[in-house]
Amino acid sequence: MKAPLISAVVFVTVLSGAVAPGQAQDPFIGLGGGVPETQIDKFVFPKLAQLGAHPAMCSDAVFIRRVFLDMLGTVPTAKEAREFILDQDRNKRRALVERVLQRDEYADYWAMKWSDILRVKAEFPVNLWPNAAQAYHRWIRASMAENKPYDKFVREMLTSSGSNYRVGPVNFYRAVQNKTPEGIAIATAMVFMGSRAEFWPKHYLPGMKMFFTQIGFKPTREWKEEVVFWDPSKITNNVPQMATFPDGTQVQLPADRDPREVFADWLIKPENPWFTLNIVNRMWSWLLGRGIIHEPDDIRSNNPPSNPALLAYLQKELVASRYDMKHIFRLILNSRTYQITSVVRYNSAQAEANFGSYPLRRLDAEVLIDVINKITGTSDLYTSAIPEPFTFIPDNKPAVALPDGSISSSFLELFGRSPRATGMENERVYKPLPSQRLHMLNSSHIQRKIEEGPKMKAMFEGKRKAREIADDLYLTILSRFPNGDEARLAEAHANSKVVKGQEGWIDVAWALMNSIEFLYRH
Amino acid sequence: MSTERNGKSKSLGLETTGICKPVSRREAMRRGLIGTAGLWLTDRLAPGILAAVTQPAAKAAAPAVKVKAKSVIQIFLWGGMSHNDTWDPKPDSGYDYTGALKTAIPTKVDGIQLGELFPELAKQTDKFSLIRSMTHRNFGHETAAYLMQTGHTPGERLAYPSVGAVFALSKNATYKGLIPPFVVMTQPAGRFSEAGFLPGKYKPFATGGDPNAARFEVEGVVARGITDERQKARREFLQKMNTLGNSMAQNPQVAASADAEKQAYNLILGEGKDVFDLSKEKSELRDKFGRNTFGQECLVARRLVEAGVPYIVINYPAGWDSHKDHFQTMRRQCPQLDQGLAMLFQDLHDHGLLESTIVWCSGEFGRTPKVDWQPPWNGGRGHYGNVFTVLAGGGGFKGGQVVGSSDAKAEEPKDRPVYPVDFLGSIYALAGIDPNGLLPHPLGIEAKVLPLGEEGVKSNGILKEIM
Repeated sequence: MKAPLISAVVFVTVLSGAVAPGQAQDPFIGLGGGVPETQIDKFVFPKLAQLGAHPAMCSDAVFIRRVFLDMLGTVPTAKEAREFILDQDRNKRRALVERVLQRDEYADYWAMKWSDILRVKAEFPVNLWPNAAQAYHRWIRASMAENKPYDKFVREMLTSSGSNYRVGPVNFYRAVQNKTPEGIAIATAMVFMGSRAEFWPKHYLPGMKMFFTQIGFKPTREWKEEVVFWDPSKITNNVPQMATFPDGTQVQLPADRDPREVFADWLIKPENPWFTLNIVNRMWSWLLGRGIIHEPDDIRSNNPPSNPALLAYLQKELVASRYDMKHIFRLILNSRTYQITSVVRYNSAQAEANFGSYPLRRLDAEVLIDVINKITGTSDLYTSAIPEPFTFIPDNKPAVALPDGSISSSFLELFGRSPRATGMENERVYKPLPSQRLHMLNSSHIQRKIEEGPKMKAMFEGKRKAREIADDLYLTILSRFPNGDEARLAEAHANSKVVKGQEGWIDVAWALMNSIEFLYRH
Repeated sequence: MSTERNGKSKSLGLETTGICKPVSRREAMRRGLIGTAGLWLTDRLAPGILAAVTQPAAKAAAPAVKVKAKSVIQIFLWGGMSHNDTWDPKPDSGYDYTGALKTAIPTKVDGIQLGELFPELAKQTDKFSLIRSMTHRNFGHETAAYLMQTGHTPGERLAYPSVGAVFALSKNATYKGLIPPFVVMTQPAGRFSEAGFLPGKYKPFATGGDPNAARFEVEGVVARGITDERQKARREFLQKMNTLGNSMAQNPQVAASADAEKQAYNLILGEGKDVFDLSKEKSELRDKFGRNTFGQECLVARRLVEAGVPYIVINYPAGWDSHKDHFQTMRRQCPQLDQGLAMLFQDLHDHGLLESTIVWCSGEFGRTPKVDWQPPWNGGRGHYGNVFTVLAGGGGFKGGQVVGSSDAKAEEPKDRPVYPVDFLGSIYALAGIDPNGLLPHPLGIEAKVLPLGEEGVKSNGILKEIM
């Protein structure tokens, strides 16, 4: 029989101690006392209390999986999960956050997120072309790896000049479908201001586009190479050029200065109303599943933040830390707010908007296939339809690290990888489709990985106790120990008459990989 | 239900699939074609938008076109097939243009000739028409393919959905089948996102597998080596092991996932998947289609049409981008294309489905009329978008006609240039989809099915001469 479900609307939250292996305890809710209150929590929990929501903290097992998926786009190994769960250190969550922030996967995963927003794709619809997409991605990845200050990261994109093959950030101006000054202004407002310029009052966009009227694009003798540069000769008359910032301030463009720099100077000032707001709100949404202003790229006066004080605090921290993105991530990850369980009984939009639970989100397409490959010890083939230059992707390259949206597989397309057409956050599709369930439940692609993957085989082969196999499968696939009921069910299925040989354990692995717990961030 | 709203004559629902014998709802359920609760497309769009797409053009100026097409089979020849060597032969243009393929053959219809590699299709010319003045002047694979499948100019701000995705959208309310409404055999094209800005559910379902193999293993639908007993046992087991899902069953995400899973199992364990089982067809018929991947794909396409699937794409299982080895490629691939496509027309006709099914076949462009004999091409043909040929028949398109023509060497349109919006507009008109209808854009930006009347969009009007 199933263990009674512990509601998260518990009155007082502390369920003490790590969940020991085998205990028939709720595997998802855990230690609350060990995580100290942070400044973020002082903004969030009183609002939740007003709404009558008193959420419990997630368990250690949930925490390590959540942090790995949110920050690195992967899951911990069985060994990492086991050690973390059994670790008795009271500060182990904080220590884990520090380790995660230093790992190599960080740069790959966040380069992928940025590549969605910045539309890093060789072919249709933005047509960067392969060499340029690779150069752009290389620059983004390097910026993430060195934790480049956010203001510098943005400024380099807005003001760089040079070859699209050699100077990665110039591709910001090329990675838009509509390469007119207006199209570039819309993309700039979307990415760096979180604002949808299509809906601005009429005269704002023509004023802003003036900053982008002097961008030159010229070909070189190399195929598809293009130099992006400041081209003042685009202004043929001698009339002083007037431009308008999105806050309504008019400015006369100096003849001796690249207007892109004038715009960048305005944008990156700490007091700019959009710049820090946009990025901390996005970062919050990347970890908590929704923005303080939601959707995160729809900042406007009639879409107010659910928690203005929290937003202001994060903005202040970003500026004070000299635009250190890892600092903001660290603040969020160490908060009790981030560590709230997903398993709550209240189901109100209000609690959701105030972060009263960690929302379920299906794994990103790239993350899902990488995790499946990691736990089975298999790999996938990624190709690009563009013949030149010939693309070779080594077997062990994870999908998260693919440098170009045109390099893909049918799995990635099926599971809603971003088409990188508009750069909007909602371009990535998380909605479950029957065709996706068909693939996970019944495709030869997945079945073969479970049956023949070397890591799977290693668990089933040899004379091992059922409990050991069950522990390994759970730790590998779900990053936790099975509870008593689960271990018994698994063993019973493995020994049932419907299956023969290893089929039983194969089906246990199959079932775990088709569970909500595996498919969703929780 | 919209079937009733639309009225019987315009009904696009499954109930009237098959001209000769309408399939009752009960019959359709027995065959596993209709889900009990779940549909593939359950969401409702904003009513105004859906209405705009599905209402037939009502404008006074719009030509009255009888809505006949219930399904479409699109055969896409990726890479671009030469028009000179196939469906617009120019036997008098000289060796530099014809290469070794200098013979044109007569066909069932007086006055229509085809290239010598198409003897089977020559027997079916009464069932389709040839548009020999197709033009868009675009020479890039991905941009030309986008143009031919969306009708939109590649430089526009938005990435539009392909015609198949628009069909899936417009059939949202009426198509009830378990098979997704937009099926691709066997691999998606991958060059552009077929659903454009539409939600992911309008993406095509790619079958994977090979219909010419002993068993057509449709990815996710037909599993290898798993008995039905084991399928059922592990489904039950999964429900028990889904600890997190069970502990939050009321959560909307969990409910949505459970719903998708239920629909998936309707297909895995139901009879709907039989549509992919070619062992249900007579062996002689399979032979007539050609025992190769393309031939058997054509047969599966007919079975999908019978099941009411609105839009089926066959991405030809080999490329046509013959810069080099051009004539060898033509001699290798054209006979299979000839046999499969000819048999598809015959078979749709024999099943009484041709009247309600459009079949069209084209690449993203043609190939340079003049052969490049220089190394490294050594007798190759390059990309060519100035003029090429599209084949279209059924579903309201007349057979035995030629629309427009190209000049003496098939280098330029000679008369009646046909632009992508004209051709796609004709397909939409025959299916009752308003080309001026609005598509639901996630930002609420106005996006029309076709860019008719917009700046820089050339049009000579829909192909009334063959409708």
